[in-house]
Amino acid sequence: MRFAVLQFGGSNCDQDAHHVIEDVCGVDCDLVWYKEGFRRSYDAIVIPGGFSYGDYLRAGAIATRTPVMQDVRQHAAAGGLVLGICNGAQIGAESGLVPGVFTTNEYPKFICEWVHLKVENASSPFTSAYTEGDVIRIPIAHKEGRYVAGEGVAKRLMDEGRVAFRFCDASGNCTPESNPNGSELNITGVLSEDQNVLVMMPHPERAAESVLGSEDGKKLFYSMIDYCERR
Amino acid sequence: MTITVKITISLKDGMLDPEARAIQHALSNLGFETASLSTARVFKVGIDTDSPEEAEIMAAEMCDRLLANPVIHSYELEAVK
Repeated sequence: MRFAVLQFGGSNCDQDAHHVIEDVCGVDCDLVWYKEGFRRSYDAIVIPGGFSYGDYLRAGAIATRTPVMQDVRQHAAAGGLVLGICNGAQIGAESGLVPGVFTTNEYPKFICEWVHLKVENASSPFTSAYTEGDVIRIPIAHKEGRYVAGEGVAKRLMDEGRVAFRFCDASGNCTPESNPNGSELNITGVLSEDQNVLVMMPHPERAAESVLGSEDGKKLFYSMIDYCERR
Repeated sequence: MTITVKITISLKDGMLDPEARAIQHALSNLGFETASLSTARVFKVGIDTDSPEEAEIMAAEMCDRLLANPVIHSYELEAVK
């Protein structure tokens, strides 16, 4: 089994993701520079956080139009796992791998804080190690993280089980007060139709070791590993 | 000849515009009370062609494929030479 972490100019969570996958979870992982492209097949591709191309135009817009993203789309179309975290989520949404867009926070400032997430779907390749309804603690760090899917789409995604995570309070209630950026229906983790792509604004790689204050994000990587072992 | 197309990208009606709200607030601090305010982004793209129509068609494709995100944006084009 081998994972890849895709690096763009301005990615800055690439090393963190690589560390968690290889050192914490024990899975071989390559850092792949976007210009070099993929030289082999991978079980999973992680698009990490950061500020690719300085967030010019829109967060993720420029990275989305690089040739390597065509390979990511093909990997996803063939059933391979793609995890987009933060800027990677913005890239995944801009790419059309999932519906909607992550845009300027309701209150337009950069938010860096721990939040609670409710696990809405615990049967996806990314969430099977959780239990539906689990409340997990993972940090966010973004200014463009407000999920907007358009009229009726967010509710449809909920109905179809394509929402992996929603912002909630410590008791698991998805309230306006527990929605840090104004996302539609508190949504912050969205799955593709086949559920082999997950994009999410919170950083599971920053919550995968107790020394960092939470290990709740580790189960996400374990879920991916479990899925790849069975596949 | 080069035709310049002015591309104006705005948020669709009804979309939350947090930046506009913050600017309105700052204007209010300066004593300017505004009934409404919205933001937009303008690109001026020079295209080598003699045909304004052709230039606008190309600009529209640029918007559809990169400059605008159809989930939240609408755009207007104007060939300005």
